[in-house]
Amino acid sequence: MADIKGTQLIHEYLRHNKKFPHVFCSGCGHGIVLGSLIRSIHGLGLSKDDVCIVAGIGCSGRLAAYVDFNTVHTCHGRALTFATGIKMAKPGMHVIVVMGDGDSMAIGGNHLIHAARRNIGVTALILNNNIYGMTGGQCSPTTPAGANTQTTPMGQMEQSFDCAKLCTAAGANYVARGSVFHVKRLDSMIMEGIMNPGFGVVEIMTPCFTQYGRKNGFKSPVDMFHALKKNVIQSDRFDAIPEEERGEKVPSGVFVKKDTPGLEEKFYEMAARCQGGS
Amino acid sequence: MARPKKKKNKEIFALGNEAVVEGALLAGCDFYAGYPITPSSEIMEIMAQRLPKIPNGSFVQMEDEIGGLGAVIGASLAGRKALTATSGPGFSLMQEHIGYGCITETPLVIVNVMRGGPSTGLPTSPAQGDVQQARWGTHGDHSIIVLSASNVQECLEMTIEAFNLAEKYRTPVILLIDEITAHTREKITIPNEDEFEVFNRTLPTMPPEWYKPYEETVRGVPPMPAIGSGYRFHVTGLTHDVNGFPTSRPDEVRELNERLFRKIDQFLHDVQIVEEIDTEDAEVAVIAYGTVARSAELAVKQARDLGVKAGLLKLKTLFPYPRKATEKLMYRAKTIIVPEMNMGQISREVKRVNNGQVSVRTINKVDGQIITPAEILKVLTRV
Repeated sequence: MADIKGTQLIHEYLRHNKKFPHVFCSGCGHGIVLGSLIRSIHGLGLSKDDVCIVAGIGCSGRLAAYVDFNTVHTCHGRALTFATGIKMAKPGMHVIVVMGDGDSMAIGGNHLIHAARRNIGVTALILNNNIYGMTGGQCSPTTPAGANTQTTPMGQMEQSFDCAKLCTAAGANYVARGSVFHVKRLDSMIMEGIMNPGFGVVEIMTPCFTQYGRKNGFKSPVDMFHALKKNVIQSDRFDAIPEEERGEKVPSGVFVKKDTPGLEEKFYEMAARCQGGS
Repeated sequence: MARPKKKKNKEIFALGNEAVVEGALLAGCDFYAGYPITPSSEIMEIMAQRLPKIPNGSFVQMEDEIGGLGAVIGASLAGRKALTATSGPGFSLMQEHIGYGCITETPLVIVNVMRGGPSTGLPTSPAQGDVQQARWGTHGDHSIIVLSASNVQECLEMTIEAFNLAEKYRTPVILLIDEITAHTREKITIPNEDEFEVFNRTLPTMPPEWYKPYEETVRGVPPMPAIGSGYRFHVTGLTHDVNGFPTSRPDEVRELNERLFRKIDQFLHDVQIVEEIDTEDAEVAVIAYGTVARSAELAVKQARDLGVKAGLLKLKTLFPYPRKATEKLMYRAKTIIVPEMNMGQISREVKRVNNGQVSVRTINKVDGQIITPAEILKVLTRV
């Protein structure tokens, strides 16, 4: 399987023995994230054997199966716990977790804040499309107020999570937000996230036309990418806009960048001291 | 088998929970993740002290039991021998991950120090209420190995056994002990390294390109490389084909599910561990496990002194239920007595095997108190 050469970079990383096609709808941003992840890993020159992709459940969870790394497709919301075990067991590995917004902030919300607090050396890519895609378009913790979904047919009434702020407050080492429209910047964020010690989070704004766009006034997937272009803006530009005029705009960029050693580094340092007999 | 051959070794005075740790470390356990819960917490506390001192040992306290077992599965996939310990409520939380462990064939050991329930129940009182939960707690039809221990020495031995079976059959193994055994302090013997066997999972010998992670083998258990060792494959909780990729093709689905049963069911003689005491000529026999088996052992001896031909079948494996040993007992005995600290979770299995052949009497107690030898003796002498 490894000797089949395609014309693009992704062909070096796709699993050719996997039964394609993939599960993503047309207009979905998940494939762009996968492309960005591959470019980042390739750009950093990491060996395929040193990379472990851990994914949760949902559309984003399927992403792991397509690429030729060590890949684990876990239970709903628990990807970070598996990743914690893998990273503690193999601290030299680059453990990258791919989760959706429901996966990471609803069922897995507790694991997210504790992974950030614990500062375990994994990189979490949170694919935020503001909806539960695979289960049929129900409301998620990041569905904007007023949006129509299968479970909020009269409009969403709850507040939504700001993932970047949540992870910042919980103590993550690296927090960034990008979008699938601004791909070059996304590449650099993912690269930085992987190389940064401790827990890294890259929240990625990605559109779901099938389950979200159609019900909320978008005419086509292209419309949704236009909205991303318009709304996901650099954080300094965002901060300059008066609060009441911000509307649907979201700040993007790197919010936190610390060099605190990850839990696994601290643990093995302590263990070395214990075993040194001192 | 992990039974020590001679008993002139290092002796320590230990709690049941401490003995579990000793057994785990002897079996090669080098990873612990979990969440503290009474009455299992000592296992975690001692692991936190011991693991940093062994090469490659790692320990992490997670935010809940779900996280604990998740990390254990991750570590096991990365090649470690991993343990978590919990009690009733925490065990309930772990159920989804137990199913994940079954379908992905991840070796791991869960110790459940049972406490009174349901719900928060009786945090420091003994019970045996999680027996059927251990068998059927997770969703889906699956095979599983459930062991038990009735004294502190057995806690050590059965923990080694649990790791060996987990590695041999690539499956989660659950060790059920109750609060009394966990919190009893007794003198135990730590076997020397040459006195017990340690099994490690089979590693693939073929080159990575040839490796199929879920392909049928003679024993039904595919070899298992660690994450990061050059074998890159997909692990998923979805029903998968031999390559590990999700499938819903009936032939592939059936093949996987049947193999998951077969890999354990064709080795029942290896998996089902029982101990028989005075059963050769027993007319009335007790079937018991855990602390209750200790009471039963004394009751059987006392009954013999009174001239009753009594015997005891002590179950060290609860599931797959030791059917053969039970049947053998039923050829001789006229009455079987099943005492347990629940409303009849193993007597249900006994009755299923019995199918109306002999009379089965149960002694059930759910008041957070142990079943005493006197209570068993009373029934033994009356029948």
